[in-house]
Amino acid sequence: MESKNDRGGPAQPLLALRGLTKHFPIKGGLFGNTVATVRAVDGVSFEVMKGETLGIVGESGCGKSTTARLLVQLLGLDAGSMVFDGEAVGEPRASGISLRNYRRQVQMVFQDSYASLNPRLPVEDSIAFAPKVHGVGEREASERARDLLAAVGLAPAQFARRYPHELSGGQRQRVNIARALALQPRLVILDEPVSALDKSVEAQVLNLLVDLKAKFNLTFVFISHDLNVVQFISDRVLVMYLGEVVEIGPVEAIYDRPAHPYTRALLASRPSMDPAKRRTVPPLVGDPPNPVNPPSGCRFRTRCGFAEDVCAARKPVAADLGDGHLAACHMATPDSGHSKAGAILEVVV
Amino acid sequence: MSAAPLMKLTDLSVTFGTRDRTVHAVNGVNMELAEGEVLCILGESGSGKSVTLRALMRLLPKFARVTGGIEVAGQNVLAMSDRRMADFRGGEVAMIFQEPMTALDPVFTVGRQIAEVVQRHEGASRSAAMARALELLELVQIPSARRRLDAYPHELSGGLRQRAMIAVALACRPKLLLADEPTTALDATVQIQVLLLLRELQQKLGMGVIFVTHDLGVAGEIADRVAVMYAGRVVEEGPVGSFMAGPLHPYPRGLLNSTVHGNMRGKVLTTIPGAPPSLSSVPTSCSFSPRCAMAEAACEAGVPAMVEAGGGRRARCIKIAAG
Repeated sequence: MESKNDRGGPAQPLLALRGLTKHFPIKGGLFGNTVATVRAVDGVSFEVMKGETLGIVGESGCGKSTTARLLVQLLGLDAGSMVFDGEAVGEPRASGISLRNYRRQVQMVFQDSYASLNPRLPVEDSIAFAPKVHGVGEREASERARDLLAAVGLAPAQFARRYPHELSGGQRQRVNIARALALQPRLVILDEPVSALDKSVEAQVLNLLVDLKAKFNLTFVFISHDLNVVQFISDRVLVMYLGEVVEIGPVEAIYDRPAHPYTRALLASRPSMDPAKRRTVPPLVGDPPNPVNPPSGCRFRTRCGFAEDVCAARKPVAADLGDGHLAACHMATPDSGHSKAGAILEVVV
Repeated sequence: MSAAPLMKLTDLSVTFGTRDRTVHAVNGVNMELAEGEVLCILGESGSGKSVTLRALMRLLPKFARVTGGIEVAGQNVLAMSDRRMADFRGGEVAMIFQEPMTALDPVFTVGRQIAEVVQRHEGASRSAAMARALELLELVQIPSARRRLDAYPHELSGGLRQRAMIAVALACRPKLLLADEPTTALDATVQIQVLLLLRELQQKLGMGVIFVTHDLGVAGEIADRVAVMYAGRVVEEGPVGSFMAGPLHPYPRGLLNSTVHGNMRGKVLTTIPGAPPSLSSVPTSCSFSPRCAMAEAACEAGVPAMVEAGGGRRARCIKIAAG
């Protein structure tokens, strides 16, 4: 099904991001001067293709949630550009798309299902709120809310007039998903949508997301720290570390042939479900460094077992490994000066 | 088990009563732990796993009613005086928590907090206690330990803070370590480091460990034996290997199937329909039967007895043949 809003056809990315940057100043001292800067997102570029699910993984402080907030423009960009289906976001005069119009097409689901609903509104009204703001009539908005409740598996007759505290965590997250769909968006940003749920409920919500995506012709950006969940739901995966993209590629490439040492360590850190195959050595030592003063050159070099002088001296560029699989590591670039340059897939971690 | 168990729970029940309602959080738990054994209590939120753990150290609020027997190293925990309890906590039994930032005191240095335990329990001098604190920080593999003695909790990263909390818990060489989801708040690459550290320390010091988690993968990494709780009861118990290879009870079987692992792309995940029961009354039949695909009329007849299934495995389901 082609969306009525589709402009550039299936080959044009739904969202193209170039050099996305967000720095947060840390104020301190007697006069509240800026004493340091958190480089939360630092020159991130990627594309979200129409109809795909792009998974974003990384540890705390890697900038994945800040990226999510930039994507829905809850935070303004410090630098960089966003192009939504061929139209520059927030530049209506230069034949772009206005923020208001953009936000109607891009919606978000947050991790904390309780904090993201108004505790004083019945869930039906929460879902109908945005359509009303955007000019849909009272009756039609409430009808749409009830249809959506049914679509996320909550019988409207039973649940529509309930308040958030009368629902379980899984039911609340279903309401949040219904609300995100109320404006008939094309892109939904899901920021750790199942992380706070119990495993049996998590599986229910993941199945629901897969169904809804097909039913409403949606595109997902799915952010999570859980590599198993990301593998289940994503078509392509992007790995972030300290505000930068270290690797991006099709899900099979990332999980079967991870190129960046960080991606490999992340995958190797998953607890094995088989007690006979327990790990004996941790893949990485130490915690992710503070994004306030990230290391020079390659930001991963302080935890990387293959770091050499070149890694401190120069920032690696993303090397193309074919099939849209890119890795930002000197070992992936043949003439980078690293002793294992060009041999990244042969290197055994 | 031939030797006397390190820890033994007999028909432990915990209810929380307020004027309006009563919650039956734990309903008759029997559990044993041998010396030097690692037991994982697995369960979802509200299953009673954390309450069971806290009852072991009598850390529950005043309005909680605890009945049954709790024995640790041959002593009756419920009969201890408050004075004796203060020696017991941190001395023979220690606990680590999910959130190191709230479990550590923000206004004292890490070294001070470890030394305080040693001074209080072993009557050591201040300088001897500090020397012991340094040893402990090295034991939990905190890099540049001497410098970290003077650090405040907020100056440490999440992983180091969790290591510092483990150091506090191990200060008096407890026989039993209780761990309440200690790696849940940590990043993946840090979680595996802390799990491996705990496993190494457990073997080195020969402690018994009870490890509460909701994560099957964590249990697979660290447990010798697993006990699965549902609605305040243990529904299955057994060695981790045979458990992970195939649980007996329908609830953990559903849990294992609905946990996303390996390559399950494109498949519809198996789910457990419904939600856990409210615990406003003691369940009189199998608490899982309303969500169970195999349920039949006989499941409603009463609480199923624990069936010994051989190989040290037990489960509370009428469909299981005794082995």
